[in-house]
Amino acid sequence: MRIATGLCAIAALLTAHAALARPLAVINYGGTLADAQQSAFVEPFQKAAGIDVTATSYSGEQAKVKAMVDASQVTWDVVEVESTDVGRGCDSGMYERIDWKAVPDATHLTKDAKTRCGVGLFAWANAYAYNTTTLKNPPQGWTDFWDTKKYPGKRGMRKSARGNLEFALMADGVKPADVYKVLATPAGVDRAFKKLDQLRPYIQWWDAGAQPAQFLVGGDVAMSTVFSGRIITAQKSGQPLAIVWNGAIADYDYWVIPKGSPMKAEAMKFINYTIAPQAQTDYLARQPGGPVNTQALARMSPEQLANLPNTPEHSKIGLVNDREFWDEHGDDLDQRFAAWAAR
Amino acid sequence: MASSTQSVAGVSHTARDEPAGAAAAATAARPAIARLRLRGDVRGALLLVAPLVLFMLVFFAVPVASLLTRGVWDDAVQKAFPATRIALAGWHTHGDVPPPAVYSALAHDILAADAAGTLGDAAARLNQNLPGMRALLTRTRHHLDDRDPMSAPDAGTLQQGLRGFDARWSEPSTWQVLERALRPLTADNLLRAVDHTRLPDGSIVPLGSDEGVYLSILGRTFWISAVVTMLVTLLGYPLTYWLNGLPPARQRPVMLAVLIPFWTSILVRICAWMVVLPQSGLVNRVLMSVDAIDHPLALLYNRTGVYISMVHILIPFMVLPLFAVMRNVPRNYTLAAISLGSHPFGAFWRVYLPQTLPGLAAGAMLVFISALGYYIAPALLGGAGDQMLSYYIAYFTNVSVNWGLAAALATLLLVATALLFIVYRMAAGRRTPLEGL
Repeated sequence: MRIATGLCAIAALLTAHAALARPLAVINYGGTLADAQQSAFVEPFQKAAGIDVTATSYSGEQAKVKAMVDASQVTWDVVEVESTDVGRGCDSGMYERIDWKAVPDATHLTKDAKTRCGVGLFAWANAYAYNTTTLKNPPQGWTDFWDTKKYPGKRGMRKSARGNLEFALMADGVKPADVYKVLATPAGVDRAFKKLDQLRPYIQWWDAGAQPAQFLVGGDVAMSTVFSGRIITAQKSGQPLAIVWNGAIADYDYWVIPKGSPMKAEAMKFINYTIAPQAQTDYLARQPGGPVNTQALARMSPEQLANLPNTPEHSKIGLVNDREFWDEHGDDLDQRFAAWAAR
Repeated sequence: MASSTQSVAGVSHTARDEPAGAAAAATAARPAIARLRLRGDVRGALLLVAPLVLFMLVFFAVPVASLLTRGVWDDAVQKAFPATRIALAGWHTHGDVPPPAVYSALAHDILAADAAGTLGDAAARLNQNLPGMRALLTRTRHHLDDRDPMSAPDAGTLQQGLRGFDARWSEPSTWQVLERALRPLTADNLLRAVDHTRLPDGSIVPLGSDEGVYLSILGRTFWISAVVTMLVTLLGYPLTYWLNGLPPARQRPVMLAVLIPFWTSILVRICAWMVVLPQSGLVNRVLMSVDAIDHPLALLYNRTGVYISMVHILIPFMVLPLFAVMRNVPRNYTLAAISLGSHPFGAFWRVYLPQTLPGLAAGAMLVFISALGYYIAPALLGGAGDQMLSYYIAYFTNVSVNWGLAAALATLLLVATALLFIVYRMAAGRRTPLEGL
């Protein structure tokens, strides 16, 4: 009798434990980004809303999200994704649709920050950087990046078609405003790959955002394409790096909710918290980039404003990533690029 | 056991008289004894092995098989376009456009698939067969979304509308690709893995060099593995020989020196190489400070870095089996050969080395097959032209989420490795057990 009661008590305890809600799982890209999110988003949100949050990092593989959604065992509630994944994942049914009427700050968000399944998190730039101690004559634009006689040494480039094809066209003389028009034609694509062929012997590929800074400081490459935020953070900690803003491509990271997440309401609360002006300013003070909330621009210091990818000066010399172009042509260009890079 | 020693004695006794007869008797005795053995132990053996077999089946064989079938089975389009499938069932003419009923079924399917979230996967599959299909489907979806929901056009108007919206809906190749994609069993991924593709009209053509890379990557993978195996053998054999010759008290610290890196996480070791090998890293700084070199050596992000790190990681896989075999090789055979007049190196080459060959072969096979599957070391320490096939399998699994092609490439690697292993077994099996001595 006592054994039976004991067993029943244990069973009750176990089921009660299983019924307790788990913390909200927020997934980001790690590194300095994760630290900035921890102080600006996670901790204040936990205090304000009383919901437990655990933040973990990943390197962008959507395969894990797909496996979770397919198996209906979703343990990730809010995931930070790039513009590459936000459209395709939505079409593949991996993410929940966003009910924009229920987002309080929706009217203040920039146009690019609102998508069917994703809420913009912050803006950053795809540009290139160099080590100021090794390169005395500062390079000016993408033609200089391709000029291996004037600036000898290896070039770090992200192992992805996105960005590199636009950079190649700009190095070949195409104006930033015309890049996507040219890239939409087969002749334009051939032109971009031919230009990349010129640089091929000097390219050193990177995958993770933290690698370019390491390459530049270690002296293995002379210049490298970078995520602007990571380099500005490195500059703040004393590294002798400089960014070339001429021809930079502004892009966004998005929050998405994997389809079937059991904590969808809490996930939306978290997302709404992060796009509020105060949270955006706090985050961008630590992870340099551009806000998605136009109201946050008013609260930023002049020094922060100078590093934004979408300031008026930077917008004139750069361009914004065309998400629709990449949604449509991404598959073909990615495959062709993968085959090209394999040789 | 008894029969084999008997037959050995028989051979040595009658070696000069009737070698054939004794050998024949030995061969005849073996099967009879083997049959006796099998009858007694079968049930017990199977019972002992059953839990392991079950475990391997459930946690290894079944998941691997189900993943590999993704290489030939893709029902994304079938799931997304059920009405179109039924409507297309009766259409056989190739070179003409389908009837209006098919168009209205397609329009209905596109909107339904978008709402259900199945349109993306179908678009991805179709885009592989005919580039541009994803853009076509996305734009058609927008066009259908923008239609007035109150209007309910008849099938003919809908057909005209779609054909007018985008000329590709009038092209027979679009419909041929769609019809073929509606069948879930597909050879497209396997064809792509061997650098071929199927055109919309059904013919199979080889891919040009700018898209057909996987066979050359497979060749590169085997080459890198072969070079690494050779380097590991050249470095590992002398190390093990020396280790074996040490007194047991001194063997222990050397063995630890081999085992501790073996127990360290592979990622930690690779990151350590990323600190030691760069141009401003430890190796180059030391060499430059003793004036051995003028410019820093490029040891990282190229084939050299890959070889260095893979050899470092795989040496214990050679040392351990080889050591186990060398320990049991009697010392006096070499000494006897030398005392009979052989040159020391000749004694080593013709007496010692053949006795250690089983360990060497086991170690080499282990190293080679492990090396075939490596992708972290080339990915982090190699350049663009050093990536092995596993890197592409990982890329298609994780980054581009194209599990069909990843499974097809995995099948390619598996089949190539299995063929090589069969060739090795055939070459090794030609030696009978008696020839080992």
